[in-house]
Amino acid sequence: MNYGIIRYIIGKVIEIEGLFMAIPVITSLIYKEWKGFAVYAICMILLFVIGAIVAAKEPEKKTFYAREGYVLAAMAWIVMSILGAIPFVATGEIPSVVDAVFEITSGFTTTGASILSDPSKLMRCNLLWRSFSHWIGGMGVLVFLLAMLPAGGGESLYIMRAESTGPSVGKIVPRIKQTSKILYGIYTGLTFILLILLIIGKMPVFDAICIAMGTAGTGGFGVLSDSMAGYGVYNQVVVTIFMLLFGANFGFYYLLIIRKAKDAFKMEEVRGYVAIYAVITVLITLNLWSSRGGNFFGQLQQAAFQTSSVMTTTGFATQDFDMWPVFSKVLMGVLMFIGACTGSTAGGIKVSRVIIYIKGIAKEIAEQVHPKRIKVICMDKKRISDETLRAVYIYLALYTSIMIISIIAVALDGYDWETTFSSVLATLNNIGPGFGKVGPTCNFSIFSPLSKAVLTLDMLAGRLELIPLFIFMMPDTWRRNS
Amino acid sequence: MNIIVVGCGKVGYTLVEQLNNEGHSVTLIDKNKAALERAVSKLDIMGIHGNGSSYRVQEEAGITNADLLIAVTNQDEVNLLSCLIAKQAGHCQTIARVRNPEYYEEISFIKEELKLAMAINPERSAAYDILRLIQIPSAMEVDTFARGRINLISFKIPEYSPLDGKRVMEVSGIMGNNSLICVVQRDGETIIPSGNTMLHSKDKISVIMPLSEISNFFERIKIANKPIRSVMVAGGGSISFYLAKGLIKSGVQVKIFETDRARCEVLSEELPEAVIINGNAVDESLLDEEGVRETDAFIALTNMDEENIMLSMYVDSVSNAKLITKINRLSFEEIINNMPVGSVICPKNITAEKIIKHVRSMQNSADSSDVESLYRLMDNKVEALEFNVKNCSENKNLVGKTLTELKLKSNLLVCSISRGDAIITPSGRDTIEIGDTVVVVTSNMKLSKISDILE
Repeated sequence: MNYGIIRYIIGKVIEIEGLFMAIPVITSLIYKEWKGFAVYAICMILLFVIGAIVAAKEPEKKTFYAREGYVLAAMAWIVMSILGAIPFVATGEIPSVVDAVFEITSGFTTTGASILSDPSKLMRCNLLWRSFSHWIGGMGVLVFLLAMLPAGGGESLYIMRAESTGPSVGKIVPRIKQTSKILYGIYTGLTFILLILLIIGKMPVFDAICIAMGTAGTGGFGVLSDSMAGYGVYNQVVVTIFMLLFGANFGFYYLLIIRKAKDAFKMEEVRGYVAIYAVITVLITLNLWSSRGGNFFGQLQQAAFQTSSVMTTTGFATQDFDMWPVFSKVLMGVLMFIGACTGSTAGGIKVSRVIIYIKGIAKEIAEQVHPKRIKVICMDKKRISDETLRAVYIYLALYTSIMIISIIAVALDGYDWETTFSSVLATLNNIGPGFGKVGPTCNFSIFSPLSKAVLTLDMLAGRLELIPLFIFMMPDTWRRNS
Repeated sequence: MNIIVVGCGKVGYTLVEQLNNEGHSVTLIDKNKAALERAVSKLDIMGIHGNGSSYRVQEEAGITNADLLIAVTNQDEVNLLSCLIAKQAGHCQTIARVRNPEYYEEISFIKEELKLAMAINPERSAAYDILRLIQIPSAMEVDTFARGRINLISFKIPEYSPLDGKRVMEVSGIMGNNSLICVVQRDGETIIPSGNTMLHSKDKISVIMPLSEISNFFERIKIANKPIRSVMVAGGGSISFYLAKGLIKSGVQVKIFETDRARCEVLSEELPEAVIINGNAVDESLLDEEGVRETDAFIALTNMDEENIMLSMYVDSVSNAKLITKINRLSFEEIINNMPVGSVICPKNITAEKIIKHVRSMQNSADSSDVESLYRLMDNKVEALEFNVKNCSENKNLVGKTLTELKLKSNLLVCSISRGDAIITPSGRDTIEIGDTVVVVTSNMKLSKISDILE
């Protein structure tokens, strides 16, 4: 394995994280939070220095393969999370190291699960750092790095593969640097549109910035203790729509930009995504309306927001869906598994994998009935290779294994079944709130440090889609000659 | 006319043979010396050994004086390049065989850019012929005129049919007024019938009728015409691909047997609705397992003629499925006709038919009548032609007179006249007018314009 290049890029990642800290530094200046200013300014300088030292020597060999890509992705995210937690501890607002790491990992992985009971008590600079981590984590630090670094060889696709979501990651234009730029361009553009719409809706500017970044990364950290409930119907509807937009495959927007709207609306995954969303929203609305009565459109709006929030794995809430009838809660649980589209900022198993599973079942059954039958699985009229198919199947097995092991670990804390199960579900799928004691109105502070550590790893595993973290932890990966 | 043919494969040879019979002077270019020599020794043609897409070779073949170049090698790229060079080197028309579906999808663009007079895709044409047979399951052969509005349908008269033992003039009441018996084949003899011709069971007859009449017609003569809902295809080549596409479009279930696994995967990708079986159709138990006894139609399209015949005969013995058999190479037509193999499809003949139609149209000056369609029936013994009647001096003796007044050639029948939207099944009192399209059936080959029907 090429340790040199990994060390070099990790150094760059640390420098970039230092650069990112400029944002809370400016915030603390604006709000005259001098303690925050001191902490973030020192952290920023520290990260620059560390980064510069680590990346001081350029590696002789710049070759780069799949293994380096995976290791790099896992390592970068772990390093970012640990270093990103320093300000929380240093400002004394989240004194426990485990809690601070949990909180910032939740931020970078766009989970939105918090150990804080009332985030509004935090300093503005800490609040913004939390929300900003969503925005960075959504598209990925390494993709950002790829957009910034001078054009490398074709191997940098391995980094992108390791960090981006979905069964088959490709480039949308020939140059990987260009691809990263386009992705970040679309991402930034959409975030700004959302920000402006929220400000038009009379949301305070600071809140609007935090909510816009939380929505864009499909993260879900709020500013107020009641998440999104206090912002009025207009802002809630805007956020509902934008959560959905950020949950869609970014390739869809690229096709729209290059005026291939016809191809864009033919994307099977986007169609499946919208269909699942629409059906579940209608079912939940009817369920709520029939069990609670009241204004139909009011219930529709609530159902639409919560469904959008959970499906895109954002985790904002305008209502405590833990209090909903069981049927609706079960549907929400199903959505937590499915998640949104690949190539978006969302988590979960992803709609495209679900579509492949369904087609795979159909194929298997068809081939059982006619033993010599051959049926290939296609997506968007393109054949899915056997390798991708195998990876997608294995993903589910791996996903289930991790979930079971995590549930067993969390179960040591002795909470009820719903809490234990949904805490793992909510972190592994990068959603945020679950059910029971980790429902939308509660938080994750109740867990023991062991559970918090397990859930932190789940968040990372979920964001990096399992494989990179596994490869990182395998001793074999680190042997010189393997 | 001076015609250059590039490529002496199955299609090339058939084509050269027929063009030669029609009296054209043909030069054949091929890289394969043995194939070339065989053709030259059998036919009265000139052979040039070399690469057909080379300018030098084309010049040697006389491209500057040629009226037409037909490129029918087994490589699309060579065909297109030959046509392109011929167009630049001489001033002839060009015809190319293009059979790769990828090229054929954009054929109108290619035709325009390379200024091709015609692009033929034998596999696709064969598939469309099979499709027509599936749509009219009782027919053994179906040919269409007037853009599909008129059909010439051939079938065998079954035993105890109401047609059995009647004269042609007596059966019009049974068959309906809009249909006309054009050809009768009995014991290898082909007759253009008159009113007195007797019909017997086991005769193969061709009847012309408008599209809308078909289902009523079979009802009246008491032949079951049950629609086909499921089709089994042996072999997954290009014909199968085009055929399955058409069948799926009209809602028919398709099952394809193909031995090559990679080809199976391609088919499955392109035809998600079809059932693709990776196995050899010449495997009794596999056919049985996949329900050969219940299928409505079985189509043998493997690359081996012998295998196709065997398969069709086997399926005939176990089921009542409609059978269609592809035969590409074998020439024992008389014997094959007596085997229970259903309808026989021969792609090389379909290609030759299309090209000869074009050649005959080319022979006439632009102001005379054009051959719109040409089909050969009953083992190529009879031709059915469709003419456009144009306003020109040659047609003066023809138009405005009733058919009884016209002195028509013997063994020739005017079967159908379409005038505007109306389709006329002509009697002696009808006339041919300018602007009509006329379908003529004749055992007298080589008609190239409508005035040729007169003595």
